[in-house]
Amino acid sequence: MKVKVLCRNPDDYVRETTRDIQRVPRNYDPTLHPFEVPREYTRALNATKLERVFAKPFVASLDGHRDGISCIAKHAKSLSTVLSGACDGEVKVWNLPRRECVRTIQAHEGFVRGICSRFCGTSFFTVGDDKTIKQWNMEPPGCGVQEEPINTILGKAVVTGIDHHQREATFATCGQTVDIYDEQRSSPIRSFSWGVDSFSCVRYNPVETELLASCASDRSVVLYDMRESTPLRKVVMKLRSNTLCWNPMEAYYFTCSNEDYNLYTYDMRHLKCPVTVHMDHVSAVLDVDYSPTGREFVSASFDKTIRIFPKDKGHSREVYHTKRMQHVICVRWSADNKYVLSGSDEMNIRLWKANASEKLGVLSSREKIAANYNKKLIEKFQHHPQVKRIARHRHLPRDVLKQKKQQREMKEAKRRKEQNVRKHSKPGSVPLVPEKEKHVVAVLE
Amino acid sequence: MAVSAEKEFAMDNDVISASEDEEGSDDERKHNKLLQAISSLGGKRRKNQTERSEASLQVSEFFVSAEGAGDKVGLSDLLGTVEKTTGATKTKKQLRNLQNRNETLELPLNKEQTEKIQRSVAYEKSTKEVTNWQSVVIQNQKAEQLVFPLNQEPSGPKRVEQVVAGWKAETPLEQEIFRLLHMNKQPLHDPVLTPVEEASLMAMSLEEATIRRAELQKARALQSYYEAKAKREKKIKSKKYHRIQKKAKRKEFVKQFEERMKTDPTGALEELKKMEMSRMEERMSLKHQNSGKWAKSKAIMAKYDDSARKAMQEQLQINKDLTQKIATLSDDEHETPEESEMVPDFVNDVEPITDPVNPWMRSRIPQEEPEISCVTPDKPQTSEEEEERNEEEELLADFQRRRTLRRTEDDDLIPTAAEEQIVNTCEVSREEVVGDGTVEISDSEEEEEEDVSQFNTLFKLMSSEKTHEGPAPTQDQQEDEEQLDEGQLRVRSMEDLEVLEEVSDPRPGTPAAPSMPQPTASDPLAKRSKREIDLSEVLTKEAKTIKVALTPTVVEDEEREEQISIIKEAFAGDDVISDFLIDKRKQEEAGRPKVVDLTLPGWGEWGGVGVKPSQHKRKRFRKKMAPPPSRQDQKLPDVIISEKRNSSIATHQVSHLPFPFQNATQFESCIRTPVGQTWNTQTAVKKMTMPKVVTTAGAIIEPLVKEDYIKDKSTKPMGKGPAILLNDKRGAKDGKPSDKHKGRDSHKRRRNKP
Repeated sequence: MKVKVLCRNPDDYVRETTRDIQRVPRNYDPTLHPFEVPREYTRALNATKLERVFAKPFVASLDGHRDGISCIAKHAKSLSTVLSGACDGEVKVWNLPRRECVRTIQAHEGFVRGICSRFCGTSFFTVGDDKTIKQWNMEPPGCGVQEEPINTILGKAVVTGIDHHQREATFATCGQTVDIYDEQRSSPIRSFSWGVDSFSCVRYNPVETELLASCASDRSVVLYDMRESTPLRKVVMKLRSNTLCWNPMEAYYFTCSNEDYNLYTYDMRHLKCPVTVHMDHVSAVLDVDYSPTGREFVSASFDKTIRIFPKDKGHSREVYHTKRMQHVICVRWSADNKYVLSGSDEMNIRLWKANASEKLGVLSSREKIAANYNKKLIEKFQHHPQVKRIARHRHLPRDVLKQKKQQREMKEAKRRKEQNVRKHSKPGSVPLVPEKEKHVVAVLE
Repeated sequence: MAVSAEKEFAMDNDVISASEDEEGSDDERKHNKLLQAISSLGGKRRKNQTERSEASLQVSEFFVSAEGAGDKVGLSDLLGTVEKTTGATKTKKQLRNLQNRNETLELPLNKEQTEKIQRSVAYEKSTKEVTNWQSVVIQNQKAEQLVFPLNQEPSGPKRVEQVVAGWKAETPLEQEIFRLLHMNKQPLHDPVLTPVEEASLMAMSLEEATIRRAELQKARALQSYYEAKAKREKKIKSKKYHRIQKKAKRKEFVKQFEERMKTDPTGALEELKKMEMSRMEERMSLKHQNSGKWAKSKAIMAKYDDSARKAMQEQLQINKDLTQKIATLSDDEHETPEESEMVPDFVNDVEPITDPVNPWMRSRIPQEEPEISCVTPDKPQTSEEEEERNEEEELLADFQRRRTLRRTEDDDLIPTAAEEQIVNTCEVSREEVVGDGTVEISDSEEEEEEDVSQFNTLFKLMSSEKTHEGPAPTQDQQEDEEQLDEGQLRVRSMEDLEVLEEVSDPRPGTPAAPSMPQPTASDPLAKRSKREIDLSEVLTKEAKTIKVALTPTVVEDEEREEQISIIKEAFAGDDVISDFLIDKRKQEEAGRPKVVDLTLPGWGEWGGVGVKPSQHKRKRFRKKMAPPPSRQDQKLPDVIISEKRNSSIATHQVSHLPFPFQNATQFESCIRTPVGQTWNTQTAVKKMTMPKVVTTAGAIIEPLVKEDYIKDKSTKPMGKGPAILLNDKRGAKDGKPSDKHKGRDSHKRRRNKP
């Protein structure tokens, strides 16, 4: 005969140490916990609301420049150091945690057009309107010693952009031509030109390190290989691209910011049409930078806003703006994927959180679990109208809002017109051109 | 510099003076040289020194430079010297070939085109190179979770072996210990197993052992199962079972034999011989002659027992088969099946068979009764169907016989109404058969029919008028039915359609012959029920309003009828109206609140299995819900307005299917699975809420490094590298666009980079 006895094992209900939380035996029988969907829905709604409540992305503003910021660079090895160049030729080195300028250099006469750190983080390069390329030591000189560049290269023409190789002692500049310099030499080891007179930006591919891309003033984006004597290919678009950035995790994708308010992500193997057209800005996009995870990128625009786009989405997930921020000239995503830096016309560098509602600082494990759960809930119920409405809501400056509305109307009108034309013409004579294919004029070999 | 130039000048002068006496023809050249020397004195500081670059026979004694230095070397000059030298036959040949060739080289492509080609080649190359990343990119995209920075060393304690691996014995004590360990073949670095243990493990891996054990187990189980089965089968006493078994075996054997005939003819022949032998033996043994004890007893039983008769028949058949000569086998083939089909009929016949053994008698019986002969089917069919059929035919034959008997009676009684009667009975019988395939019903109807006939006989004696009235309505009905069939018949399915055809076809032929029902009866389709279309069933009382709606305007009757018939024709296949009504009724039903039973068994009284709560209690706790507000479509007969949508909830509901989902159920199931800790265990929650990308504050995320992800297919030794590097510093500049050499070189260069 089997005798059933109540038995209790202290292991099941006694906590190991007094620091543990009390063990709560749970019965997961679903009948005991009814209404799971409504309850989770409520939680999701609350989570969405809280996310919006806590969305305070602005962290700090670094002021000290006496002219508009023209370029920003991240330090290759130190997260807390940021370099910035201004339109009056001044270069400042900032300490982010202390939020102060640690060093000021009068580097150039006229604009500082480009700035980049060497891959080892021991020195940095600046280019300016005075046709010089200067290499500076990252360490400040001793007390009383004058700031002097380690190396100065006098160019023939104005250099407008610079980028350093990921692992070698070479860097690329652009101006009238795209030049590849060896650090040890004063003349370029290679120089690319393809019938264009000026370039605005050149960027190395961080993954496939021998590849380069540049934006030219003839509305084109040109690809190069450092090992070849000629450029690789050129895409001509309807309007000029200002800057571009390679995806640091996916070797063949790059995104360029365009004058036509859009950003275009291209696959360098298929240049006929962009992979994605990112539209949301209401004015020319001036700068773009990928997050180090390669999942998102941030763009700065002339419309005084910064937007964060997922790399494969057509619309932004976030827009940052403040009343005082003017045209944003340059933007960078910090190397730990947590912050975004923007430099704007009104002489300030601003530090933003990459995730607007993320809590800064150390999280306890329970906080982490709660945050993850909330994120998951929001993701799960993202299609429900109320959740969607709250999650999507952003406040925009009135000008931007107005312009957006206007542009939407214009677009709608254009679409309607096209539709009407199609309706009243011979079937097939007015083809349906997808948005992606509208912007590329030609691909030159 | 200047000093050396002057010196040279002096020397040049010497040369001129020396050669003047020798030859006068070289004046011009000398003049040139002079001019050159002068010019070199003036502007240009550096003078390209003439130097001897190759061996020549004519070396001037005054100066090292050869005669005609600074001139271009012609091919003929080269050849001239080569002719004199010995060896180098290969180059000689090549040079001679060159001299003989008269072709001019093609013009090189213009600069734009060469550049274009170069560009496209370079682009192709880099594209190919970049494509290597595709797998990595896709992998990263599909990854459930990516923790940045990638390729981090796992934090936390390391295994002892990893820590120990880099460590070396240094002190003498340690060395001694290690020596001891070595001597005993103890493991050092990976302190897991001794060689002996490893060897034993190698000999027997756990997986293999488990697999082998499982196999053995299975085999044993199967064996025991088969043994048990065999035992069980052996114990079965049923003869029928064994007979069936035998038959099956024989069939199997025949099948195998046929197969063998195809694959292995010689083996089959042997088999055939064996069979023949066994047959002969059997034949000699005088078995199956119905002469044994068993046969005799069966013969006695055969009078009363069908099965005994059948058994005897079988025996006879076997005997017949055996005794037949093989040569005549082919002739018999035609006869035997027919005979076998005949067998049951005779056997089941009521008349006693005088001699069941005699095959001649069998064929004679049908001749005696020609009416029954029509029972026999036209074509031989498979045995199973046959049996069924035989039963039916039996019955039919019975009916037929009785009918004929009755008819003769009727004929005797009322000769005037005979014809109609015949038609009538025919019709009835046909309908019986058509109406329901089952035997019982037809039997009962048969009885009814008999009743009717009795009734008729009674009444026809009394008055002839009534008898006339009797069949008359049937005819009318028949006509009516015909009309209805055309007009109101609704076919709901394909089966009905078939039945319809079946019904409509034989109708014109009905009055012709009384033997007509037989073929219809034999048809399996006719057995299906013919559904009567009932108007009242299809159209409920609400249908009246619809009827009005269908006739919107006053039309002439004929036209209207025509229209209705057209509509009916159009909707002949599907009964839309009734479907709609049923639908609506269903929805109304669903919307009505149900009575909620709140009785708790065992509460306040005894409970348990089979104990029902008391009536009083059930009544008390049965809650009737308040009726819902009336439906919106209550007064609209031909509309269903769905009341599922609740406007107060609608703002919270998803209106259309979101992108990645393919159907609503998918989406719903996704929503229905809870994620929270209330419903899931902690680990499950952790797994479900795992974020896709994890980054840690303060950790720099470097871009991907090529060497970590893309392995070069062939790593060339570094020894050859530098030479190529030096040679090919900028080989691409002057390289031809499509030469492979350049590509290869640049590849090598790339590989040699750190």
